Amino acid sequence: MASLITCPHCGIRPKEEFSIRGDASPVRPAAAASDDAWYAYVFVRDNPKGRIIEHWHHSAGCRRWLVVERDNAASHEVYSVTDASVHAKGAAR
Amino acid sequence: MRYSALSIFRQALSGNRNWAPMWREPEPKPHYDVIIVGGGGHGLATAYYLAKEFGITNVAVLEKSYLGSGNVGRNTTIIRSNYLLEGNEPFYEFSMKLWEGLEQDFNYNAMVSQRGIVNLFHSDGQRDAYARRGNAMMMHGVAAELLDREQVHKMMPYLNYDHARFPILGGLLQKRGGTARHDAVAWGYGRGADSRGVDLIQNCEVTGIRRDEAGNVQGVETSRGFIGCNKLALATAGHTSVTGQMAGLELPIETHVLQAFVSEGIKPVIDNVITYGAGHFYISQSDKGGLVFGADIDYYSSYAQRGNLATVEHTIEEGVSLIPGLSRVRVLRAWGGVMDMSMDGSPIIDRTPIDNLYLNCGWCYGGFKATPASGFCFAHLIAKNEAHPVTRLLRLDRFKRGFAVDEGGKGPQPNLH
Repeated sequence: MASLITCPHCGIRPKEEFSIRGDASPVRPAAAASDDAWYAYVFVRDNPKGRIIEHWHHSAGCRRWLVVERDNAASHEVYSVTDASVHAKGAAR
Repeated sequence: MRYSALSIFRQALSGNRNWAPMWREPEPKPHYDVIIVGGGGHGLATAYYLAKEFGITNVAVLEKSYLGSGNVGRNTTIIRSNYLLEGNEPFYEFSMKLWEGLEQDFNYNAMVSQRGIVNLFHSDGQRDAYARRGNAMMMHGVAAELLDREQVHKMMPYLNYDHARFPILGGLLQKRGGTARHDAVAWGYGRGADSRGVDLIQNCEVTGIRRDEAGNVQGVETSRGFIGCNKLALATAGHTSVTGQMAGLELPIETHVLQAFVSEGIKPVIDNVITYGAGHFYISQSDKGGLVFGADIDYYSSYAQRGNLATVEHTIEEGVSLIPGLSRVRVLRAWGGVMDMSMDGSPIIDRTPIDNLYLNCGWCYGGFKATPASGFCFAHLIAKNEAHPVTRLLRLDRFKRGFAVDEGGKGPQPNLH
């Protein structure tokens, strides 16, 4: 795992400044969505081996939620770090 | 060959040149009654109990690397049954009872050592929580003792009792807890399964699951060709999502890496297993003298069997804050294993929506202690098509039905369990 994360707001920072929430790919369903949709969002994970996106919180920095795209199979390479709101707008497009 | 003191003596006389290999290396047959994917502790234990307890011997264990190359050879070897919840405690106690008779049962020295495990507490609230846990254990007939500071001090004088922020106020002791030799557990189960006719097939990676039109499993595609089966059992913790997706299973699992460490060998100092209540640090001393320890997972999703240096630093800082003398001990080796982190921190031993596919997964980082009971109960499930009584709450559909077994009370966030 890379020891440095390039925060889009703060620049290159040590990874210990961040807390990690987990898989960023599930999309929150509407409040009135079915039990099955909520079950899938809360509990089910694709858990792929390879290129993944993950929610990281810059808890000891700007306190923004970020989406870190990286490899989880072997290299642990970080491909991109995006502000979560920017990522969400991109995904909605 | 049955091992005994006499066999060791005899072999010594001939220079230990005549020991037979512990298991065969068979070619895969075209079809088996049961195929178990995963030649780790749980897969081998399942094969052993299927053959020994349930009389099913036309069984293959498929392992992508060598036997015991995954987490059964990568853990910190702790065995215990000091759980709180109804879904866990009877299961882990069943495992502890199997540990207690294991070496006689499979005629192999697994070095089971009931040296006692102490969970330290550092605040009044934590003492209350451990008192509750001890009471929950006793309600299931498992002995537990709440120690005060003086009693812990007598057992472990080398701890940092007057830490400014986390003073040691006492601990919860399970005397029957302890350690076992992890590799020998895999080897003992493998040898026992092989001698009863189970084919242990190494270097055979499952690459696909073939199903018929009705959806039932016909067999597996492997790096050594197609192998058919009546029943398929997955025991691939760490890679459960990879194998599960071959059959289209929806799984409540994220994969994470956990690191472990061993120090250079030193004279006997740590007689028990200790867990640090103010961090996640745990430590014991191997019979060879090395201190074996670990702490948190690395928190990010990972299938790589190695971790991050920041976690190494964190683990060792926790260790030194609990045992100041550790600062002068050198770390000899560090390694990582990949874990199925489930959504409630508890495992799954259950049937699946596919009729002849069985699932054993979600061990988080507590799978080693569960090896005997996991194998026994999974074999029971495969043989009888119904859950063993102690695993009846460890179902795959418990999340959907609202019956999570959340020992830590942390909610559906896998990296916090």
